[in-house]
Amino acid sequence: MAEKCGIIRKVSGPLVIAEGMRDANMYDVVRVSDLGLVGEIIEMHGGDASIQVYEETSGLGPGGKVVSTMEPLSAELGPGLIKSIYDGIQRPLDAIMAKAGTRLERGINVPALSRDIKWEFKATASLGKVSGGDILGTVAETEVVEHRIMVPPTWDGELIELNSGSFTVEETIGKIKLHNGEIKELKLMQKWPVRVGRPYKKKLSPDMPLVTGQRVIDTLFPIAKGGVGTVPGPFGSGKTVVQHQLAKWADADIVIYIGCGERGNEMTDVLNEFPEIKDPKTGKTLMERTVLIANTSDMPVAAREASIYTGITITEYFRDMGYSVVLLADSTSRWAEALREMSGRLEEMPGEEGYPAYLGSRLAGFYERAGRVVSCGTEDRVGALSVVGAVSPQGGDISEPVSQATLRIVKVFWGLDSELAYRRHFPAINWLKSYSLYVDSMSKWYGDNISADWIPQRTRIMALLQEEAELEEMVKLVGMDALVATDRLKLEIARSIREDYLHQDAFHEVDTYASLDKQCTMARLILKFYDMTKAALSEGVNINKIVNLPVRERIGRIKYVPENKLENEYNDILENISREIDNLKKEAAENA
Amino acid sequence: MPKEYRTIEEVSGPLMLVKNTSGVTYNELGEIELSDGSRRRCRVLEINGSDALVQLFESSAGINIEDSKVRFLGHGIELGVSEDMLGRVFDGLGRPKDGKPEIIPDLRADINGTPMNPAARSYPEEFIQTGVSAIDGLNTLVRGQKLPIFSGSGLPHANLAAQIARQAKVLGEGSKFAVVFAAIGITFEEAEYFIDDFRKTGALERTVLFVNLANDPAIERIATPKMALTAAEYLAFRKNMHVLVIMTDITNYADALREISAARKEVPGRRGYPGYMYTDLATLYERAGRLKGSDGSITLIPILTMPEDDKTHPIPDLTGYITEGQIILSRELYRKNVMPPVDVLPSLSRLKDKGIGEGKTRADHANTMNQLFAAYARGKEAKELMVILGEAALSEVDKLYAKFADEFERKYVSQGYTTDRSIEETLEIGWELLSILPRSELKRIKDEYLDKYYKG
Repeated sequence: MAEKCGIIRKVSGPLVIAEGMRDANMYDVVRVSDLGLVGEIIEMHGGDASIQVYEETSGLGPGGKVVSTMEPLSAELGPGLIKSIYDGIQRPLDAIMAKAGTRLERGINVPALSRDIKWEFKATASLGKVSGGDILGTVAETEVVEHRIMVPPTWDGELIELNSGSFTVEETIGKIKLHNGEIKELKLMQKWPVRVGRPYKKKLSPDMPLVTGQRVIDTLFPIAKGGVGTVPGPFGSGKTVVQHQLAKWADADIVIYIGCGERGNEMTDVLNEFPEIKDPKTGKTLMERTVLIANTSDMPVAAREASIYTGITITEYFRDMGYSVVLLADSTSRWAEALREMSGRLEEMPGEEGYPAYLGSRLAGFYERAGRVVSCGTEDRVGALSVVGAVSPQGGDISEPVSQATLRIVKVFWGLDSELAYRRHFPAINWLKSYSLYVDSMSKWYGDNISADWIPQRTRIMALLQEEAELEEMVKLVGMDALVATDRLKLEIARSIREDYLHQDAFHEVDTYASLDKQCTMARLILKFYDMTKAALSEGVNINKIVNLPVRERIGRIKYVPENKLENEYNDILENISREIDNLKKEAAENA
Repeated sequence: MPKEYRTIEEVSGPLMLVKNTSGVTYNELGEIELSDGSRRRCRVLEINGSDALVQLFESSAGINIEDSKVRFLGHGIELGVSEDMLGRVFDGLGRPKDGKPEIIPDLRADINGTPMNPAARSYPEEFIQTGVSAIDGLNTLVRGQKLPIFSGSGLPHANLAAQIARQAKVLGEGSKFAVVFAAIGITFEEAEYFIDDFRKTGALERTVLFVNLANDPAIERIATPKMALTAAEYLAFRKNMHVLVIMTDITNYADALREISAARKEVPGRRGYPGYMYTDLATLYERAGRLKGSDGSITLIPILTMPEDDKTHPIPDLTGYITEGQIILSRELYRKNVMPPVDVLPSLSRLKDKGIGEGKTRADHANTMNQLFAAYARGKEAKELMVILGEAALSEVDKLYAKFADEFERKYVSQGYTTDRSIEETLEIGWELLSILPRSELKRIKDEYLDKYYKG
């Protein structure tokens, strides 16, 4: 077959326009110039194809050839994904480093999954009728992840051959006879076009939380397994730390972390740190369940646009195996900017702030790929795909288009606040602005699994924080002394909730993660203290005495107490509270 | 011999259209020869069939559509680099400006560089002692970090930058150190201040200067920071030096970027700056760092003046999203005669946690740092309240916090531009200040450190 070749006519940054491309399809991957740079067709006008090139285009000029691969941009899915670090179009960065050194040179071609590694495949399916999504067998990919090899989603038919043994991702493990009589070879690896969501049987509504170990999130604004959330915030408010904490502690089977247009050192940090941190559930390192996608801000812009889709396709693949998977995207604003840059070069009519008019629908299309689903296949497997996207609004002003388009879709909003960050209150999630729409649908789960107190305690904490904000306004006008004692107590308790409960030190070995039980106990302690002191107030105890109770220091330090010593500490503190308050009451009675 | 074109069709601002070209490529360097024989440089911004849109790096004055000639040189813009650059002064396009001869390049490097493979970066974690408490104690700088100074017109950012360049050292090590300084559209006096300071302290032989002054063509500024970073990359990753790059003033660079974008009639983003400014700034800032297999490092301190002291202006805003923190100077503190007027609360060093602690600075560093921040924030709140309601309205504890805030600015932040404090001194002053507060307030510090250092 003669190669179908086009000729470059125009080069403008990452946009290349080629003539003579009538035979190519929209969204085909093409190879540009003799360097073989990877690009994707994003527009066709007659025989002219507009191509976004995923690599630096310096040195390209008219006359260079463009060859279509006649395939859409696809992700390679199979054993070897876990522990990898990829760029936006799934090129393995560590393999590139081994091949080409520390800098990203152009036109380097390395397959996403290693072709050399032999994986031990254990067949579990029996011959006979199978449908797309059925599990054929397993590969122990890491110590934690059992990689379930599935029939590609679109293949239905009869399994006529399947072998256990040692295979590379390209070797045939079995054969399937499709309904139309065609015989296809099964391999450990399958490919899937990144811009198309992988199919599933049906979507379920989320009813259990994705536990993150972060108190402000789990208690006040929880996210569901299969839910979508967003973290917008100005720079320096701790978006990335929140994302890293979720990547570390979320109770997911697999975590996909996309560094999209962000700092290179942040990815290095993850690469250094995750192999060191032990997952509390499995006892193995966090890296054993993580896939990284790094398209840092200095890497080509167009690949940044693709990185989000590459990431979510890999995530969907693990979801289809029946896992709970979390995708963290930092930051979707940079993705939107890449979209804007291409849109500008295509001379499209801009929408708000120069962003293309289709920004909202693209964002929605991405977030809608999340959810808890029954995956394809004969037996019903439930997998969950949760997405948390960071947004970096300019100047921290969330009235800008990306934030607004995101807020219309997501159900959880963790609004970061620079004021809190200046006070070094981390995570700097503002409790008055943030929300979660999953609380109601998950309240049954909390009642069944944690404690019947969970929801009432949450309601009381929210109410106290709200009242604090109102009282603070008053204090600013008339001063603390003008407040009645009960209101002053409220302020003190609210402060204790903020400092002793919501404030959480991501870098403290114990405090970095709190189980739901610990959270419940801590909240109970603060609220018990409130109830007891309120009663004492009504018996004539002076508010200043209550404020200065020595036991409060211990309440403040309970977050640093390891989970196994928590109960003793709790009981001990509670005893102390009663004793100290009883003393105050006695004193008050004597004075009266 | 490359082809010469006499087909300049249009000249408009910094842009020029050349017709009927062939074999010209994107980002290629071009040379324009005027009728008087003088030469100017340009680069290809867009190539459409036989039309090449080029951007000039120098003024367009004197270009004649009829007799000016254009040649395309077949490569991008390059800078000849060698170790002999140390101690020399170049203009914004890398030509010697000190009257001495051209250097003999060891190699020629494309000034756009190539991105680092994120998997090949090694994490910055070596503490740099700048001798400035507000930085060492609270916003610690580490090797390979990019930490900008957000300043305002008329604030003493130059003094602070010079102080850092003079005092910066890594504890217990005598490795090769160099400074690359890029002056981007600053005044003669400001540039002289730096050069003078480097000369006086003997740092000049370890310094490469690229100077584009306020009266040099604005578009030349597009290349200046890239020249500086190219030289820095050579020194750091080929010659294994630890390079500190100071660039001032990024605001002028961004304005030049806007000028070209406007001339191209692109759809503007906020305040007329191009939509790709984030990416453009990132390709500068991300060149800082450390690489596996190389002992050198590039630490980057860009300085920018925030228009109207507004942190949400696109230039500081986008910078803040790329860099690993920021040091913010405050006009209010400057008026109070706090020297250097570092506003510590909104300042931040994102990499500090990896650079401090046992074996690097001291075990109690992280705890005391957080406590100082929290206490200063609360002290400032108390002082605000005091302004409205009078001192009597404050609780006893809040009065102590207010006192703490005052003392903190006076003793900790305000140290002058010549005091070089060791990290131990800085930590000691911190403990002295914390001792103003009762021990029960110091919730962010572990008991063992309180027992050891608390003096209240």
